[in-house]
Order: sequence, then structure tokens, then C-alpha cells
Amino acid sequence: MYLLKLVFRNALRHKLRTGLTLLGIVVAILAFGLLRTVVNAWYAGAESTSAARLITRNAISLVFQLPLTYQERIRKIPGVAGVSHANWFGGVYISAKNFFPQFAIEAPTYLDLYPEYILPEEEKKAFLLDRKGAIIGKKLADQFGWKVGDVVPLRGTIFPGNWSFTIRGIYHGAEQKTDTSQFFFHWYYLNETLKRTIPRRANYVGVYIVGITHPEHAAEVSQEIDNTFKNSLAETLTETEKAFQLSFVEMTEAILVAIQIVSFVIIVIIMAVMANTMAMTARERAAEYATLKALGFAPPFLAKLIFGESLAIAVLGGAVGIACTFPVANAFGNAMGALFKVFYVSWQTVATQLAAALLVGAIAAILPTWRASRVKIADGLRNIG
Amino acid sequence: MNLPNIVEIKNLSKSYRRGEQIVPVLNDISFDIPEGEFLALMGPSGSGKSTLLNLIAGIDKPDRGEIRIGGVDITALSESQLADWRAANVGFVFQFYNLIPVLTAFENVELPLLLTRLSGKQRKQHVETALSMMGLSERMHHYPSELSGGEQQRVAIARAVVSDPTILVADEPTGDLDRVAADDILNLLGRLNRELGKTIILVTHDSHAAQSARIIRHLDKGVLDANKVLT
Repeated sequence: MYLLKLVFRNALRHKLRTGLTLLGIVVAILAFGLLRTVVNAWYAGAESTSAARLITRNAISLVFQLPLTYQERIRKIPGVAGVSHANWFGGVYISAKNFFPQFAIEAPTYLDLYPEYILPEEEKKAFLLDRKGAIIGKKLADQFGWKVGDVVPLRGTIFPGNWSFTIRGIYHGAEQKTDTSQFFFHWYYLNETLKRTIPRRANYVGVYIVGITHPEHAAEVSQEIDNTFKNSLAETLTETEKAFQLSFVEMTEAILVAIQIVSFVIIVIIMAVMANTMAMTARERAAEYATLKALGFAPPFLAKLIFGESLAIAVLGGAVGIACTFPVANAFGNAMGALFKVFYVSWQTVATQLAAALLVGAIAAILPTWRASRVKIADGLRNIG
Repeated sequence: MNLPNIVEIKNLSKSYRRGEQIVPVLNDISFDIPEGEFLALMGPSGSGKSTLLNLIAGIDKPDRGEIRIGGVDITALSESQLADWRAANVGFVFQFYNLIPVLTAFENVELPLLLTRLSGKQRKQHVETALSMMGLSERMHHYPSELSGGEQQRVAIARAVVSDPTILVADEPTGDLDRVAADDILNLLGRLNRELGKTIILVTHDSHAAQSARIIRHLDKGVLDANKVLT
């Protein structure tokens, strides 16, 4: 109790210095948390995947499509529980800056394979019955203020023309990490239109989503699917949904590595600032430490005093930094729109921030403690006056 | 009546290293201090009086010789044993008071008692008694910055005596005070010696301050002269 009292009074002795150090820690922990959240958001697509889903695409590239006829053949492969398909649409809503992901899906099978998209039963029914209907995620609805019944016009880029869809439902995510920034409409509507406008592009799908009965057999089922279409005009590449999503992340890996490095550099900088503060503090209190030692207090007591003060400042700064991370990340996520499918501060990020604050406090106290424990009492007492 | 010696010093030598040079400070000093004595050590700057006091108080180690306090050879103690020994046997009074500025007078005086097995209630009683002896009952919840120099030194003396140490060492306790406050402190030390039988070793270069002691010894160039008994 006495020690705690002394620790806190010492911490508040130089209010301006402590305040500025605290501010530095708050900003550093906040920036660290925000950058970690950006990295996590980049990986969110991979994190929200299911081990029970495989993605089958054209082996040459995603740009090339697969024949619709593959669906039934995939369905018959042992271990396959269900098959659906989807096409990346790539339409523009008013302006290119209003980007959000749009997919033409085979709705009934697709929704069966993605139970994490929670849609009210009546909205699901309305969507399935409306050929030009669409369902959208909650985040997307909030971003543009859309509600059920609204008509959304899209200008096709991959599939030319002006398209319009009526929103029939708004889905929520079963988990925080579920992507609710997407726009889904019927693949059959797209296909029928293509049959009329560009017949040679009809009856092709972008990817097949394959539900499997036993996730532990994903490798064997993937192999079997790819073997089925070997030496065909459109050979396939099947991988787990996670591997598929990670292949997109890998395209920007250099940026991610840079962000990660910067996030740790911030911690190293604040560690140096904090260590300097503690060294300055300990140097000023050399006579007090010598007095305490003269009175019979052993070096471990001094260590507790210095570590306590350093940790108190670091943890307080860390706590405020963590608390600030939530509203700042929220505002940042909103400002970024649909760039990040999911943008939230995970508990792992909070734990890392807390660990970083503790590490800063502990490392900053090492050198001053070592010096204080080694200072000769007679020498320390001479420092006064 | 001859009292037993509380401090016994034999062939004590101490030197400091200044760069490549070895500077002798104390040269083969031997003397004893009887229990309940009030001794003033005088000498010019650099004479080694503070070094001698530090050695007796166990905050420095000699190069050679033996220091026995209450029968304990403190030169043979390890650092941690010495820390425990100091806590139980030595009360310190410094020139610049050396109070902890973030602690009140009460909390500063309580510090040495944190190293004892006394309960919080017992500590409170001891601290209040020590502060009232110093005439500071009304000032016990003030911080050092709210006290005058004389009051701060009285708090320091209360801190030095609160754990009832074997010896009280005072290094220029009046060096930072005006004459009135200095006399006040010297009277207090005299009372502690006379009324409570405390053994006090006072280091000073001020002959007026030294007059408060019963014995004055001069130290010059590391050599101690003979006893000069004042009373």
C-alpha cells in the first residue's frame, strides 16, 4: 500500500513531463492498434472463411471462366455436400469511388453454403422470387443508406450495360468478422441477359463454391475435382476458401509487411522516449534512492519503485490508447467505406496493445533500476543540494 | 561510571581512487566511543570526517581495519546484511535533510518503521511520539516543501530516532540552517543524548555546533587528534 502510494505520487511529481510521456504512449498505442487493425482487416476475408468450403476456379487464371456444366459433375464427386457458383460483377454505382463487391450468385445453393449470412425468412423468400432482386449486407446498407425496396442502378464494366436491382433483403453477419459489405443478385438474371446480348459469354461461371462433408478431407476432394477436369478445355484449380482468399492478400503483401514494420517501429520509438524519461527521473532522484538505501531499504525496493512508476505510466497510457482505438478505428473504417470488408478492433489487437504498453514500461525501467541499485550510498548522498 | 564502548574502531584506513591516483583519506585510525556519548568530529574540508562517519554508519567500506558497533564487526557484513543492520542500528541526520518530497512529515518518519514488524497502529503511535518530541504534532501532515528548513531537519531527526537506533549519526545537520534554527536542532540533539541516552556522532566544521557535544575530536589529513572533553 505504502509502495503504491509512493509510486503514484512519484509518477505525478512532474506533471508536465508525465503528461507528455502519457500523451506519447497514448498516441503510439493508438497508432499501433490502428495499424494492427488495418492488417487484420486485410486478412479478414481469409479469417471469415469456412474450412467446409472449397473454391474451384479456372486453373489458368480467375479471369477465365468455367462452363456451367461442371456443376453437376462436381456435385457427384464423393465428399461433396453441395455446389454453388458465383460471378464477380464489377459494376459501378454512380461513380467508381463508390466501390463495393458485387456477385451474381445461384441464390438458393449459395445461401445454403453461407449460413453466416443471416437473412430474415420473408426477405429471403422475396429475394428468391424476384429475378431482378438483390440482397445486401448491413454495412453496405448503412454506408449508402439503402433499405429494402430501394432500386440500385449499376453500370456494368465486365458485363456492359445499365443494370438495376431492387433490394429485397439486408443480411447480418453471424459473427463480427463476417463480411457484410457485399451485394448479391441472381446469376440467372445475368445469364439470361448475356444470352440475349453476348451469347458466347453465357453459361459460364466465375467460381464454383463447393461444400464438403468432411473438412479434413479437403485436399482429397480438391484433388478429385481437379482430376475430373484434367485435359479439358477449362482445367480447374481447387483450393480451400481460406487459401483462395489469401491469394488476394498475397498480392499486397509488401504493403502489409511495411505496415507491420511501421507499427513495431512506433513501439520502439515510444520505448526510447519512455526509457529517456525514466532515466532522467532516476538520475534526479539519485539522492533519494541513496537515502532509502541508507535507511535500510534494499535494491529490490528501489526496483519496485522504478518499475512501478514506469509500468503505471505505461499501463495508464496504454489503457487510454486502447480506449481511443475503438472510436478512431470506427471512424477510420467508416471513412474507408467498402475498401475493408470487415474493420473492427479484435481482442487480439487489444491484447497486443496491452502487451506492448507493458513491454514499454518494463524495458524503460531496466537501466534506471540497474543504475539505482548500483549507486553507492555515499556517492548518491553527495548529489543533493 | 564507565559505560561500555558502543563503537570500537581499530586500524581503520580508507583511500579513494581519483583517476590513476590513490588518495588516502583515513590513515590507521583507532578510537572508541562509549555508549551514550555525544561526540563531535571536526576538521577542515577534505579531512575525512564525513568518510569516517560513513564508515561508522555502514554506508561505506574501509580498505583496512575493523569497526565494531555494539559488538558487531560491520566490516564483515555483506551488502544486504549491512542494509538490515543499518535499519536496526543507525539513525541518519543529513545536512540537506534528505526527506522524500512526495511524502508528508508523518510518512517520512514512518519510512524506517516499514522495515520492522510493527503493525500499522504501532507505527502510527511511534511516529506521533517522535514528531511530538520534535514539536511537530501540528505539522505532521505537511509536505517537506511546506515546512521551514529547521522544521524539515526536525522531521529528519524524528525519522532518525523513531526506530530507536543504537547510534545517531549527523553529518553537518546545521550546515543549511540559520543560527536560530541551528541552535534549535543542536538543543534537540543534546536533549536526545541527555534524556534518552542516545549515542550521537556529529560531524561539523562549525565550532559553535561542536560545543553541543561532550567530546570534540579533530581530524586532519586522515589522522585523529586526542580527545577534547568539554564537560
